[in-house]
Amino acid sequence: MNPLLEARAIAKAFPGVQALQDVNLTLHPGEVLAVIGENGAGKSTLMKILAGVQAPDAGQILLDGREIRLADVNDAQRRGIVLIHQELNLADNLDVAGNVFLGREPRWGGPLRLLHQRIYPEAEQVIRRLGLDCSPRTRVADLTVGQQQLVEIARALTLKSRVLIMDEPTSSLTRRETDRLFEVMRGLKSDGISVLYISHRLKEIEAIADRVTVLRDGRNAGELPRAEIQHENMVRLMVGRDLKQFFQRTSTPAAEPGPVLLNVRGLRWSPRQTQPIDLTLRGGEIVGMAGLMGAGRSELAETIFGVRPLLSGDVTMDGRRLRLRAPADAIAAGIYLVPEDRRWEGLVLAASVKDNIALASLRRLSRFGMVARKREMELARDMCGQLNVRTPNIRQIVGLLSGGNQQKVVLAKWLCRGPRLLILDEPTRGIDVGAKTEIYALMDKLAASGMAVLMISSDLEEVLGMSDRVLVMHEGRLAGELPRAALSEEAIMNLATGGPSRS
Amino acid sequence: MKKLIGITVFLVLLYGALLAADPNANWTYNHINLGERIGLYGIVGLGAGLLIITGGIDLSIGAVAGLSATLLAMLLVDYQWPPPLAILTVLGMGCLIGLINGLIVTKLRLQAFIVTLCGLFIYRGLARWIAADEEKGLGQGFAEWKYALYESRDVFGLPMFLVIFLPLALAAAVFLHFSIYGRYFYAIGSNERAARYSGIATDRYKILAYVICAGMASLYAVLYLLKYNSAKPSGTGEFLELYAIAAAVLGGCSLRGGEGTIYGIFIGTCILWILPMLTNMWGISSQLQFIVIGIALLLGAILDETLRRREKV
Repeated sequence: MNPLLEARAIAKAFPGVQALQDVNLTLHPGEVLAVIGENGAGKSTLMKILAGVQAPDAGQILLDGREIRLADVNDAQRRGIVLIHQELNLADNLDVAGNVFLGREPRWGGPLRLLHQRIYPEAEQVIRRLGLDCSPRTRVADLTVGQQQLVEIARALTLKSRVLIMDEPTSSLTRRETDRLFEVMRGLKSDGISVLYISHRLKEIEAIADRVTVLRDGRNAGELPRAEIQHENMVRLMVGRDLKQFFQRTSTPAAEPGPVLLNVRGLRWSPRQTQPIDLTLRGGEIVGMAGLMGAGRSELAETIFGVRPLLSGDVTMDGRRLRLRAPADAIAAGIYLVPEDRRWEGLVLAASVKDNIALASLRRLSRFGMVARKREMELARDMCGQLNVRTPNIRQIVGLLSGGNQQKVVLAKWLCRGPRLLILDEPTRGIDVGAKTEIYALMDKLAASGMAVLMISSDLEEVLGMSDRVLVMHEGRLAGELPRAALSEEAIMNLATGGPSRS
Repeated sequence: MKKLIGITVFLVLLYGALLAADPNANWTYNHINLGERIGLYGIVGLGAGLLIITGGIDLSIGAVAGLSATLLAMLLVDYQWPPPLAILTVLGMGCLIGLINGLIVTKLRLQAFIVTLCGLFIYRGLARWIAADEEKGLGQGFAEWKYALYESRDVFGLPMFLVIFLPLALAAAVFLHFSIYGRYFYAIGSNERAARYSGIATDRYKILAYVICAGMASLYAVLYLLKYNSAKPSGTGEFLELYAIAAAVLGGCSLRGGEGTIYGIFIGTCILWILPMLTNMWGISSQLQFIVIGIALLLGAILDETLRRREKV
């Protein structure tokens, strides 16, 4: 059978990253092809290229054996390739039929362009085929997420699409909605429509995929035919890169763990969490927290830091129960967060290095409410020296520094207050190698001095290199814990993708 | 910094033009008149400016002033309250209105523009209702208060409004530029999220800014009533918020928040009130005054944005 869609030697670079390199992919008619890989493996970029959202730097795309160039999304849609985004692109305020035909409404009345009532019977036909039991006049806002997903598919079908690209379609669906979607996908297959299916949920892929293509670090890492689609095989292909020389920890406090600092019991921040979270952090340890995007790691950090209201559960620090209404409460207890989005949550970009470092400590730097400028300058200079912040002077606007130096300023803001527990959310994302090593050295030093460090990271190399133990999250729950001795990429990915716990 | 130098130079030029156009006979009268306006409107500009620096906005300033002036006239004349008590009551009411605005904006997370736009209608309506839409005057009474605030030139020969405004401006400058609260104001206006993540009680300081702003509007009303002797529920304070916001923005406050200085607000107020005086002296018809002011402000804003772009490139 000739392939319907083929990608050959696709390459795509973004500033600072080679997102895709020499990637090949074939899709046959009536096939469900799953594309899997770790965070940042290049899945989404590849799908965007196939759907005409982005243009590749190099490589060919072939449809029916003929090379095509996709000018934009509309061009791709005309050729029958439709991307259904992770976040649904529906107009909430319109009804089902209005969304299905949005932008392509049949009309009459010449220049008046009146809406034709024909859209309703036509939409009805399509949604019946998908088994969506609602009226085409229902407002989309009143549908469940699963039903909305079907509306997107209905829209794709009326576009006469031959290839449906689905990016994490089940991430917000219930079990029953997922089953319903799979039925629809099987129906599409029998009509000869092909599906490119991206998911982190390996169980679902076992259930629905005809073939699996694995990406790793922007390259093809292998393929699995139907018979070999099993959890372990997929995980084996997703990980297994050779570890480069990594920063060496000096302190290994696992032998004599410090006193318990943070104790979290039964923590929930969302009603959708089925299993509340329990965790304990001790002084002197660096605990890695791994998981896939959207597993709830940042939400957990934000809840402990008082940004997100907690739905239920207890957070105790040094044995005292905390009332977390705002970050100020967490800070008062010695819990500090270096947020994932340092530009919007960590820094006041338009302010100076000095002002940012002093921002959280102004009260101690003041007399009778007035800022003691000399002490403030001293503090900022001192912290910049300690953390080796490269800035022409402390009056420099923070927004003009490099990512690594910005992150050091965020760290300086907290370290000058002597934290007991530091939560780092993706501490080295978008930071150059030199600054990364400095931040690792700093974490090592802080842990050795008795501080507890919780490091959320999607960089497995970093998690493996820095952690005394690793907590893995999967869909809003703690999927498991791995001691340093049992750490491996396979073990982490296995837990992160919902595999059985082996420990 | 460049911006401040720029508007200072502009002010000096305007003032030079004013002196050139001023017939000697009226020098003193014109300067007293100008000083009074700058003092009176500068007070409101301080409040609006502080609020704008935190990223907020208050469109109800004029309505609050109208309500305050009307209420004060009624308390003094109709109800015969002792003046100090009446003045304190009115100032308290202004602060209370600011508190309500601030609470709605922070706790219910409504847009400040909407909340204070509604306030504009409500407080103006309230003024008209309590006074049955009648003008409320002080008549011949309260001469000693009027003298103290209006006629007296005891302090360096300065008009009393300026004597009240200058210490307030100084206090605001210390608050904004030297105290930790000023730092919080700037941080909140520049990036509220980051301020909150740094442990700052952002809501508290935003509310404080609304209280200061509305409180200043009430203070304006007290001074206004004692000078002009009467308050019109439907007219007193009209457009006041626009003058205050214009002065603050002219003086370098960004409506996006996080930018501005007390010195700039002062200069902005001066420019805003020298302009109409100048058009007057040049014999431009008073019907054209608004057009001249509007165009001058627009040109200033265009120039500022152009310079800023160039600086970035």
